[in-house]
Amino acid sequence: MTAAAVSSRASARRNSALLGLLAWLGGVLFFLPFAWMVLTSLHSEPAAATNPPSVGAGLTLQGYREFFGAGSGVSPWPPLINSLTASVASTLLVLLLSVPAAYALSIRPVRKWTDVMFFFLSTKMLPAVAGLLPIYLIAQNAGMLDDIWLLVILYTSMNLPIAVWMMRSFLAEVPKEILEAASIDGAGLPTVLLRIVAPVAMPGIAATALISFIFSWNELLFARVLTGVVAGTAPVFLTGFVTSQGLFLAKVCAAAVCVSVPVLVAGFAAQDKLVQGLSLGAVK
Amino acid sequence: MTIRQTVLRRTVPLGVVVLCGATLAGCSGAGGAGGGSQAHSINVLMVNNPQMEDLQKLTAANFTKATGIKVNFTVLPENDARDKFTQDFSSQSGQYDIATISNYEVPFYAKNGWLASLSGPAAGDTGFQQSDILPTIQQALTYNGQLYAEPFYGESSFLMYRKDVFAAKGLTMPANPTWEQVADLAAKTDGAQPGMKGICLRGQPGWGELMAPLTTVANTMGGTWFDQNWQAQLTAPAFTAATNFYVNLLRAHGEAGAPQAGFTECLNDLEQGKVAMWYDATSAAGSLEASDSPVAGKVGYVPAPADQTKASGWLYTWAWGVQKASTHQGDAWKFISWASGQGYEQLVGKTLGWSRVPAGKRASTYSDPNYVAAASAFAQATKTALTSVDPQNPGVQPRPAPGIQFVGIPEFTDLGTQVSQQISDAIAGQISVDQALKNSQTLAAKVGAKYAGQ
Repeated sequence: MTAAAVSSRASARRNSALLGLLAWLGGVLFFLPFAWMVLTSLHSEPAAATNPPSVGAGLTLQGYREFFGAGSGVSPWPPLINSLTASVASTLLVLLLSVPAAYALSIRPVRKWTDVMFFFLSTKMLPAVAGLLPIYLIAQNAGMLDDIWLLVILYTSMNLPIAVWMMRSFLAEVPKEILEAASIDGAGLPTVLLRIVAPVAMPGIAATALISFIFSWNELLFARVLTGVVAGTAPVFLTGFVTSQGLFLAKVCAAAVCVSVPVLVAGFAAQDKLVQGLSLGAVK
Repeated sequence: MTIRQTVLRRTVPLGVVVLCGATLAGCSGAGGAGGGSQAHSINVLMVNNPQMEDLQKLTAANFTKATGIKVNFTVLPENDARDKFTQDFSSQSGQYDIATISNYEVPFYAKNGWLASLSGPAAGDTGFQQSDILPTIQQALTYNGQLYAEPFYGESSFLMYRKDVFAAKGLTMPANPTWEQVADLAAKTDGAQPGMKGICLRGQPGWGELMAPLTTVANTMGGTWFDQNWQAQLTAPAFTAATNFYVNLLRAHGEAGAPQAGFTECLNDLEQGKVAMWYDATSAAGSLEASDSPVAGKVGYVPAPADQTKASGWLYTWAWGVQKASTHQGDAWKFISWASGQGYEQLVGKTLGWSRVPAGKRASTYSDPNYVAAASAFAQATKTALTSVDPQNPGVQPRPAPGIQFVGIPEFTDLGTQVSQQISDAIAGQISVDQALKNSQTLAAKVGAKYAGQ
């Protein structure tokens, strides 16, 4: 082994160590706000409101008790269930519609499929708020204000374009040879979709489902305007802790932690699939 | 492509659509039956101030138990709640039977026909005792001789100061201070304790934040937003002098971080000994005198500082307005009659403590021995403030619209907030007061022009 080779390997190792350090720094930097939120949620209201911040103040679960209704007697479960309904139902619908759509755009592309893709993308170019008033008026006339199924429909249509784009790139990775082999063996489209495409594209489907779930779970703008007494979702409930008279930082942070938990759980559960899924398109 | 495949290509998407439709239809049936459509239930939208949180806690076990009427509350931060009830009432979609509206909204909501008149129900409900409501509050909720909202609690503004700090420095607070005297006292108490500033005044942008106290200062110093002919007056000498006074006082002896300080921040500052005085809402006294407050018993209360007018406190009340399109008006009145009644004040006093009573709306509150004992430090000062205000005529000249700390027109939320941003920038030292007011005058002139032609 020559001296040059040794030194180049050493410098490569140094570089990768440096990169690793940077990645860790980046990770910590991204994690800091969340850690700060968790810490604040465990403080008492006066300690949470001090400036400069009192990091070492005593810990309490009062904020969490407030979230679960200790102060007002209001249960957080109905809004959480509403959020779960809207997110899960819209995610299922999105998958049901986006997988066949992506199939028709990648594996057996329809004519002018690039135009179709652009059309899907163009629906995301309109700022969501621009559609808010028309949607409110339509919902009012249709008697669908304050109805969780209105949010399901909206979230489905909002996430569908992204899902189609994501699924298309995942399905494009499915080797053509397998599909041809399957059809030679006499498999029809449903069989191909269910038994060939779905298993191969599972990481992609998981990634798409998670993105769709997170977007629906976190959506505030439409939920705030279109819901009221019955269908309020968790983010709307969360804003309810902000008050213009009195202290609220600790309970808002506690509520935010609680509302983030389902997303975190979903993220951890899908972690393996997600990493596969996100790197699937990257090979090309 | 085989025939089978072609058929599939056509039927699979169709099948998916039908399936989705069926799922939706099945589910919407279940979802629709879920909520507040029972015979005896009402939907109430509230801002989430502490008094409303108490109400939420007490409703089921008391009101619903006695009447069988279920109350579904939606509680939102003030700005969100305002957006929501404006949206619901203006479209008369009837989602909410009752909303907490303020004396700012009542005149133009009533004018637009969005509110049900409460004159009839109030007159027919002898137990409610409408005559016990403070006249200034009732007048602020009346439009064209009809009553359109019933107060839940009312507030004015006054000056709060640390009696112990004043005593240690050998200073005396006049019984009816002027702004000149307050500025002088702020200079003398600045630094009275380590880290203590002279006075806390709101500097946070917002028509209901910075703009409220500043407008009362402008009123008493001879300024006004508009003259009687809707000509904007923000660059007139009186308004300019008042704004300069406010900004200079804040910059010289005001709290740290003033451009971001609102009610909550000032409350914190006074409780933590970071300021010696605070000019703000009378409702702050309840928190300052609460058992867990570090400054309980150490705070003195005097009327809002004045200059050219006799009194200069503001008037604000959160009140129950019933949407005209509501189909549960009878039940709505029963709720209002309970929540704004004397009985509810007794209930709060006995179960949660007398300092938490939603006060400032009934004369009888201030003769109740229990309340007066618990609120001895500030009860009289609050009542004096609430009865000495005049929303129709708060300054030295006639006004085109009612309101003390606001102008009673729908455009004011936007206008006030934009102007407050300019002035908050001036407090931060980013622009001069003159420049801030020049920019503001342009904005106000546009709004004024809309009304001047009418």
